[in-house]
Amino acid sequence: MTGPSTPPSLLHVEHLTMRFGGLFAINDLSFVARQNEITAIIGPNGAGKTTVFNCLTGFYKPSVGRLTLSAPGSNQRQLLERMDGFRISKDAKVARTFQNIRLFSGMSVLENLLVAQHNVLMRASAYSLAGLLNLKRYRDQEKKSIDKARYWLEKIGLTAQADWAAGNLPYGSQRRLEIARAMCSDPVLLCLDEPAAGLNPKESLELNDLLLAIRREERIGILLIEHDMSVVMNISDHIVVLDHGARIADGTPSEIRNDPAVIRAYLGTEEDEDLPQEVAVDLQQASHQGAR
Amino acid sequence: MMSVPPRSYLPSNNGGARALSPNFLTNTLKDSLAAGLLAALLALPMLGLRMVDSAQGLSLDYRFSWVGIAFAIVFVGRLVMSLVRKALAQRSAQRHQAAPAPSTDSHPHRLRKIAGWVLVAAALLLPWSPFADRNLLDKATLLLIYVMLGWGLNVVVGLAGLLDLGYVAFYAVGAYSYALLSQTFGLSFWLCLPLAGAFAASFGMLLGFPVLRLRGDYLAIVTLGFGEIVRVVLLNWQVVTGGPNGISGIQRPSFFGLPFLAAVPGKTTFHEFFGLPFSPNHRILFLYYLILVLALATNLFTLRIRRLPIGRAWEALREDETACRSLGIDPTKTKLSAFAIGAMFAGFAGSFFATRQGFISPESFSFLESAIILAIVVLGGMGSQIGIVLSAILLVGLPEWFRDLQQYRMLAFGGAMVLIMLWRPRGLLSGREPTVRLGRVAESEGVIAAEEGSAP
Repeated sequence: MTGPSTPPSLLHVEHLTMRFGGLFAINDLSFVARQNEITAIIGPNGAGKTTVFNCLTGFYKPSVGRLTLSAPGSNQRQLLERMDGFRISKDAKVARTFQNIRLFSGMSVLENLLVAQHNVLMRASAYSLAGLLNLKRYRDQEKKSIDKARYWLEKIGLTAQADWAAGNLPYGSQRRLEIARAMCSDPVLLCLDEPAAGLNPKESLELNDLLLAIRREERIGILLIEHDMSVVMNISDHIVVLDHGARIADGTPSEIRNDPAVIRAYLGTEEDEDLPQEVAVDLQQASHQGAR
Repeated sequence: MMSVPPRSYLPSNNGGARALSPNFLTNTLKDSLAAGLLAALLALPMLGLRMVDSAQGLSLDYRFSWVGIAFAIVFVGRLVMSLVRKALAQRSAQRHQAAPAPSTDSHPHRLRKIAGWVLVAAALLLPWSPFADRNLLDKATLLLIYVMLGWGLNVVVGLAGLLDLGYVAFYAVGAYSYALLSQTFGLSFWLCLPLAGAFAASFGMLLGFPVLRLRGDYLAIVTLGFGEIVRVVLLNWQVVTGGPNGISGIQRPSFFGLPFLAAVPGKTTFHEFFGLPFSPNHRILFLYYLILVLALATNLFTLRIRRLPIGRAWEALREDETACRSLGIDPTKTKLSAFAIGAMFAGFAGSFFATRQGFISPESFSFLESAIILAIVVLGGMGSQIGIVLSAILLVGLPEWFRDLQQYRMLAFGGAMVLIMLWRPRGLLSGREPTVRLGRVAESEGVIAAEEGSAP
């Protein structure tokens, strides 16, 4: 269905399966995320959304399946399922945020953004040697990195708090800072795990604007897990619906809104009312154990 | 119709009378009374009864006045403490009203910087002060060894957040490296110093590999085991290390080739070269300045590397390893580098120790040493360089100077540690200065007094 107006694909997920013991957290899931598009993954609790992210970003090794990233501007394709966790960010340029915010809360806001540029800075500092001697090549890169951090601080409106400890920021600002931190690592694909969780309606709207601006200006792919339908329906170009680890629908927001399978999954039907609850709980436990 | 006059909800700030409300006073009195009674109860068997050795054998002597005194001391002390605390709380509350707490205030950090320079100057001038004698310099040298070890361990524990209970193992590796290299191959101190550092660093990596997956308590236990392994190997590998007899006759340091001796046939000695009368104090002085330079180098290195990407990655790793991995930081390399660099400084300190003592044995590298070094770091406030100096003075210096007090020394030591941890649970000087500032004063509220160029 590659029409003339469709942007090139960025991430191919093929037959992704994640088993925890006998339990299928994800079962034969395939979808495509495109460059310069916001792809949302939605589904009821325990549908396996975060597990998809954990497979993508190397926290789990998928049981079966292939995750191919074709970075724009290069014809090299990277197989994410074969890479170590940190390489997925370092080499494949996939960045993520977390459902429960994971900032370096004792460090300052600016430092958080500089840590995200670790690999660039590390190379410039010649594994600390040029840095220890304070050579020009390191000073230049540091200045560039601070400028980039300043750009993102401006963008998320935290310039005045740049020297605060990140943990002292209000909740909504912490969410935005985590997104900015992910962006500072120069990703081609940004994975956001429930970025609107815990935000008030106003902050939610600001988040929409931020994500749309990122898509417009950085022209990267965004993969989004979200429960807040005001976010999902307003900004997504493309939605994948999961239930019990399997894809039940895939399409534009308006298609999804009227899809009977989606409505059934969210509201339930009479015959499968007890089962999903049980499965959902099991799945959640399994994914918790896996995460430890 | 009755109209109720509007009640004022404004807090009245005109102090004293309101602060010492009768309710507060009764509560405080009750509290002090309880503390006093508790003290009396404890004092009864400990102070009130005394075994007396008399002609008829042992008999009990009663000293109830002592119990009374204990009660009085604790009662009054507790009362005063409560009142002072109340007053302090009020003052700080007023201050908080005046200015909402800024998240980072750089004022104490500037003070710390000044204190740092004062300490360095004092250390440089110490040998020339009127009360400097051999004894004082010896003690100061010992103190500086611990300061250096503390600064080295601070890289591992304070920055990277890896709890290392076997740090003394690297110190031992450094000491034995120097002793063996200089005895077997006749290498000079200045050649052995980097070699000892390199050996210790590779031992750090060796330890690092198996423990990469561990965190917190588990890591502490494994490092504890590693420390013991090194000590036991040194104790039992008779052929190489001399076992419990240790290694003696280690080459003493020379001033870049000029020995500190009265006369050496066929060689110019230090005092001959400089045309000074011979004095055994030259060596003491030289050792003092040597360790001072080594320690300051450790400090400068740490201060600098903290501002480099690797230093920030260490701190980030301490805060959240998962987030680090998601940002493309290799946790393996980062942790190993912290272990290696921390161990390297211990290796330097170890070879200095060996050349100073002239004799080393496994006894010097017991677990207690690791514990003291760790206590220095934790007590000083994790990550604080000056805090480490202060706590080294407290933990190593004071017990040395108060040796005359004999058994009370350790009692005071333990007591001081408990008190510090109660008053300052995060160490003497906690609070972290960001490694980099945006260099722009916050427009809003003017809370942050971020002076530009505060970071050198």
